[in-house]
Amino acid sequence: MADPKDLARPQPQAGQPRDWSGALRSVTDAAPAGPASAATVEDAGFMGSALYEKGKTVHNKRIDGPFRRFKWLVMLVTLAIYYITPWIRWDRGPYAPDQAVLIDLANRRFYMFDIEIWPHEFYFVAGMLIMAGIGLFIVTSAVGRAWCGYACPQTVWTDVFQHVDRFFDGDRNARARLDKAPWTASKTARRLAKWTVYLAIAFWTGGAWIMYFADAPTLTVDFWTGNAAPVAYATVAILTGTTFWLGGFMREQVCVYMCPWPRIQTAMLDEKSLIVTYKDWRGEQRGSLKKAAKNPDQYGDCIDCNMCVAVCPTGVDIREGQQIGCITCGLCIDACDKVMAEVGRPRGLIDYATLDQCKAEAAGAPPKPAWKALLRPRIFLYFGVWGAIGAGLLFALGTRTHTDLTVSPDRNPPYMLLKDGSVRNAYTLRLRNMEARPREMEVAMVGLPRGAVMWTDAVSVENAAPVQVIAVPANETKIVRAYVMLPPGTDEDESEHFAFRLTSLDEQGEQDIAETTFAMPEDDE
Amino acid sequence: MTKRIDQPTGTETVGHEWDGIEELNTPLPRWWLWTFYATIAFAAVYVVLYPAWPMIDKATAGTLGWSSRGDLAKEMSAADMARQSVFEKIAATDIEKLPGSPELMQAAVSGGAAAFKVNCVQCHGAGAAGYQQFGYPNLNDDDWIWGGTLTEIEYTLTHGIRWQNADDTRVNYMPAFAGVLDAGQTAAVASHVLSLSGKAKGNPAGAQLFAENCAACHGPAGAGMPAMGAPALNDAIWLYGGSEAAVRKQILAPRHGVMPAWKDRLDPVTIKMLAAYVHSRGGGQQAAPAQPDTSPTPATTGAVAQTAEKAKTDG
Repeated sequence: MADPKDLARPQPQAGQPRDWSGALRSVTDAAPAGPASAATVEDAGFMGSALYEKGKTVHNKRIDGPFRRFKWLVMLVTLAIYYITPWIRWDRGPYAPDQAVLIDLANRRFYMFDIEIWPHEFYFVAGMLIMAGIGLFIVTSAVGRAWCGYACPQTVWTDVFQHVDRFFDGDRNARARLDKAPWTASKTARRLAKWTVYLAIAFWTGGAWIMYFADAPTLTVDFWTGNAAPVAYATVAILTGTTFWLGGFMREQVCVYMCPWPRIQTAMLDEKSLIVTYKDWRGEQRGSLKKAAKNPDQYGDCIDCNMCVAVCPTGVDIREGQQIGCITCGLCIDACDKVMAEVGRPRGLIDYATLDQCKAEAAGAPPKPAWKALLRPRIFLYFGVWGAIGAGLLFALGTRTHTDLTVSPDRNPPYMLLKDGSVRNAYTLRLRNMEARPREMEVAMVGLPRGAVMWTDAVSVENAAPVQVIAVPANETKIVRAYVMLPPGTDEDESEHFAFRLTSLDEQGEQDIAETTFAMPEDDE
Repeated sequence: MTKRIDQPTGTETVGHEWDGIEELNTPLPRWWLWTFYATIAFAAVYVVLYPAWPMIDKATAGTLGWSSRGDLAKEMSAADMARQSVFEKIAATDIEKLPGSPELMQAAVSGGAAAFKVNCVQCHGAGAAGYQQFGYPNLNDDDWIWGGTLTEIEYTLTHGIRWQNADDTRVNYMPAFAGVLDAGQTAAVASHVLSLSGKAKGNPAGAQLFAENCAACHGPAGAGMPAMGAPALNDAIWLYGGSEAAVRKQILAPRHGVMPAWKDRLDPVTIKMLAAYVHSRGGGQQAAPAQPDTSPTPATTGAVAQTAEKAKTDG
């Protein structure tokens, strides 16, 4: 049976375009060809037309295998990252929070371990989002909907809730039976217990989310003592509700009806992408072991045990081919491999393969290892773009200074003539100290004629000087109103453009220069 | 209407047919249908509770009595309530003591800036720089005709300048010298006046005439006398222009600006805040008696401390 020559046998349509004839059979079996009976149609909806489709609960069967174990691993890692990250501490000194990952909306700072992002550096976040997008392109063109199958939050939480189902109600058949059973006391009790656990998980999910936006230990205490901000309670309530509803009840409906990503991915998959495929050239004609034993020539390897359907978390039949409901989690591969091993046929009737590879195998080519599908120009190209953006971001991160100056001159009035004939201009300076310690900074004027002096609101005009030293608090932008005065009789032509130069007075000696203009009265006399 | 299964897709048709084109029946999931029903129910409730149904002159009011204007009124009164305590504090504080309390001063300057935009920009401009061509003075500079301390600015605001309806208004009139001085004398005085700020050469005849006719108000050196609103003539700032012709014109037929007394239109707190704002524009003067030392503590935030510092030291 395991002889590859035997496998190639039942394929009357070898070399022809794939037509998923196996997939259609199940439908035509259910509703025989020809006009459907009126009774069937009326069952489907009211007023004689099928207005809606009754939801079918997916009771997926427990399975074990390499893909299931990989799914466990990904679930463990992603949930651990989600729940634990806000609790990691990171010492940044006395002037900055000690939470490793913190999105501090109130103070407009984003902390991620050793990296601190200010609002004006938002391009780092934009760059990371672009990288995430291109990362999805890479993953999709290489291994299809792997994101959907393993790492998507909807998938992970659905998986968690399906395990809760299994814990309370048993495996597939027991759950289906219980669904149909009348509402006895014991069923009610079980359902209430299960939904309580749903709710607890959902609440924990919502609760973990808000920890990213404030100091986690403080917020936890505030939350339970009723002192947290209303938005914290509202966020937890909303996320608890959506997790409970989407993870506990909607599940695969989200992937099939709500999510745009499967539609986008459809455009990115091609015949060279790895997807989960049923090798119909090998499996068809389906038949039970008994039937196949009687007529070995007519039947393929698929024994129609329906295990692939039973284990599917979204309830699709992979034998119908690629479809929107298939999240390529590979559990059907685990199930089918197990069955094939039991009946003594080679594994891989359902397997990760490219459509090109399927075609080649159907025509008699030997199977190729799946990883070879990863070596193709498109993936290298995506990876090159992705890596270039990443390298660019790292470079920008490594070379950015922690001292920054922006200047906006007063425009109304642009200049001020004073009693003694000198001319004053006012500027708003923004001094950014992006270090987690207070620093002295020196502001100097470059390019103004001799005699130009500067003072601020904090140092009076009597202390006007060409250079001022300003203390900037740690991790803050200090806004300073600065006045610059040119003595009477200055030739205005040379004083149009000049610049403020900011120098940090520490061993770093960082500098930033901001150009601006000095306005003079028009000579009207 | 015959319904059948479409063979290539395995999907039921809805039974319609147009020129051989048929429609597949891919029904909604039931939860989606329920979502539609829920939105319909929501709309039915909303129409009863809120303004919804357009009638001839206005929409139905809704049983809750909600309106966006009502919302606005509520928010405005809530904002008024929130400001009330600060207003009371400002009202209770002597205006010269305002800079000693950085938070109050900051609040007063902000409130004054808002009131300025409503009441003052028409003449003095959005940047408080005035309009020389109309004789509206600049409030940013360090030249004050009627004095530039907080108290004096507040007085000017309260009682106005040459405002007929106010008893305590600031008033002075420079006599017109047309007919008193002849053309030559006028030119001589103008020349002397300009020489006070170094814009022309000295003129002994003009100096003599100035000492006889002008020095009583403008001072022997032309330094002015803020107490009676006599402008300084020895500086670079000219309300009606600093050219020789403009000075001559002002000697022969002086222009006299008018400013309303704001006590009839604004409450004292708003006037106090306006005074603080005008004072903070960069040219405010300090009252003669020394202020109690109120150096801002390092703990106060920058902007507030600066405002206090500026008010204390500028001028």
